[in-house]
Amino acid sequence: MKQIFARPSSLAETPFTYCPGCTHGVAHRLVAEAIDELGIRGRTIGVASVGCSVFAYNFFNLDFQQAAHGRAPAVATGIKRVLPDRIVFTYQGDGDLAAIGTAEIVHAANRGENITVIFVNNAVYGMTGGQMAPTTLPGMRTTTTPFGRDPRLAGHPIHIAELLSSLGGVAYIARVALCGVAQIHKAKKAIRRAFQVQLDGKGFSLVEVLSTCPVTWGMQPVEAVRWLEEHMVPVFPLGEFVTPETKGRA
Amino acid sequence: MSVGTITDARVLMKGNEAIAEAAIRAGLQAYFGYPITPQSEISEYMARRLPAAGGVFLQAESEVAAINMVYGAAGAGARVMTSTSSPGISLMQEGLSYLVGSELPCVVVNIMRGGPGLGNIAPSQADYFQATKSAGHGDGRNLVLAPSTIQEAADLTILAFDLADRYRNPVMILGDGYLGQMMEPVVFPDARAPRLAPTWATTGAAEGPVRLINSIYLEPDALEAHNLRLQEKYRRMRAEVRVEAYKMDDAEIAVAAYGIAARVARSAVDRARAKGLRAGLLRPISVYPFPTEAFADAADRVRVFLTVELSAGEMVEDVRLAVEGRVPVRFYGRMGGAVPTPPELLGQIEGTLREVSVR
Repeated sequence: MKQIFARPSSLAETPFTYCPGCTHGVAHRLVAEAIDELGIRGRTIGVASVGCSVFAYNFFNLDFQQAAHGRAPAVATGIKRVLPDRIVFTYQGDGDLAAIGTAEIVHAANRGENITVIFVNNAVYGMTGGQMAPTTLPGMRTTTTPFGRDPRLAGHPIHIAELLSSLGGVAYIARVALCGVAQIHKAKKAIRRAFQVQLDGKGFSLVEVLSTCPVTWGMQPVEAVRWLEEHMVPVFPLGEFVTPETKGRA
Repeated sequence: MSVGTITDARVLMKGNEAIAEAAIRAGLQAYFGYPITPQSEISEYMARRLPAAGGVFLQAESEVAAINMVYGAAGAGARVMTSTSSPGISLMQEGLSYLVGSELPCVVVNIMRGGPGLGNIAPSQADYFQATKSAGHGDGRNLVLAPSTIQEAADLTILAFDLADRYRNPVMILGDGYLGQMMEPVVFPDARAPRLAPTWATTGAAEGPVRLINSIYLEPDALEAHNLRLQEKYRRMRAEVRVEAYKMDDAEIAVAAYGIAARVARSAVDRARAKGLRAGLLRPISVYPFPTEAFADAADRVRVFLTVELSAGEMVEDVRLAVEGRVPVRFYGRMGGAVPTPPELLGQIEGTLREVSVR
């Protein structure tokens, strides 16, 4: 019998321990497939962050470093600067990257660190139980915005892809969404392209991946995917913001 | 003066520059730092010299980023360091905790300045507690070496890299603004070739099982086992205790001081001897591990200890723990960048001896 579907070799045999309906598993798989397809597994080093993906290293069949909360881009910088021929990526959530780690992500991007960042945005702190994230939508209820996020008191959802796109060191910035097969295929393409940009030595690459957190959103998995599409995508527009081709044209 | 032209002859150098040159000669592969007085010459020296010596220099956006870049590079198998001064060390505490938890070797230089808060840029020894009692949060420890001369700063910097590798642990060079800024003749050994990445380093898992640099152990039993192993390592580190005993053989009073304070104390001891007073100096070179045994032994022979620090009294607590109340332990400290003079300390020695004679 012909095998048409298999676990990517960049994924470990360990079953995912994420909540039912969580899209981390899909995002992990897309990253692993991209690494497999580019043939770079043996020279790739991942940097895990703090949040639900804190144990990402358990699920990837790759060398990994676990970074302090928000510091993954600095850790990745340290790795890449001493091993410039290796492929280095961080896998960070929105609390990690867009709140506590803003200084590190902005300056890694601005320096044009030749690393790839997978930025998972599910609009909430998942690991700690559903508190407001910097990406939480206006009006969205979380455990620390029980009456809905009021931008006058708690600020606005932060647009990382747009924010970083203005920086000189970035070579590739895209936002994708894990809602439906077509979007997941687009996400895979963007992730693979981000790694290719690093392989080509062009500079900093980041893919913002809009994701679901059904448990803290208080939704069924299918309902969560629909909510992502209907509520998050309008606030966080999808697409490629910077590519090596468009770089410098603006 | 370039790296290539410095020979084995003595050169007159600032402490900060000597530390930088020593690190390069120890085979330094990467330096990450953020400017802060009074140690910025280390960064500047590295920016000028390290790339030519084959290493990586990068100015980080903060001390927080710098120490985490150190983490990444150390985990990737490079010989790596950072340097800062007191407020920067506070910012690096988180990173230090992760470094000890993940057992990564690196060298961290703290050229101490006055505090608390922004304090000033003058010499101080007020970071002793922070350096010796805990590497950030948790039960972690740094190995801490405290040079007293520029030559010793250079020698201990080279030693620090080897000890960091031996114990897979951060090693701190604890200096002060005087040591960083003053100039003395110094001799350097020949430059070493960079060492190879250790087998545990994350360099890409092309040829074997994947490797992990990590400090999270969610299960209490696993984290306790990890901590017990670290504690066993800190016990083994006691082999690195270093202490200098100066004119201690027949001393009635032992002046306890480290770093720049010990320089002044040595002069005061000489002045006391010239007046016929039996004074000696006991100078910890490693402040963690602390030379507890040397102080305990001295407590059996001297009548009194006088601890001198550029602080409100921090190392004096370790002296008291070592002496265990067998003889009095007195303290004299100056703060905020004030440094005692030899006559000032001579007065303290005389006063302390008078006090115990009356008793």
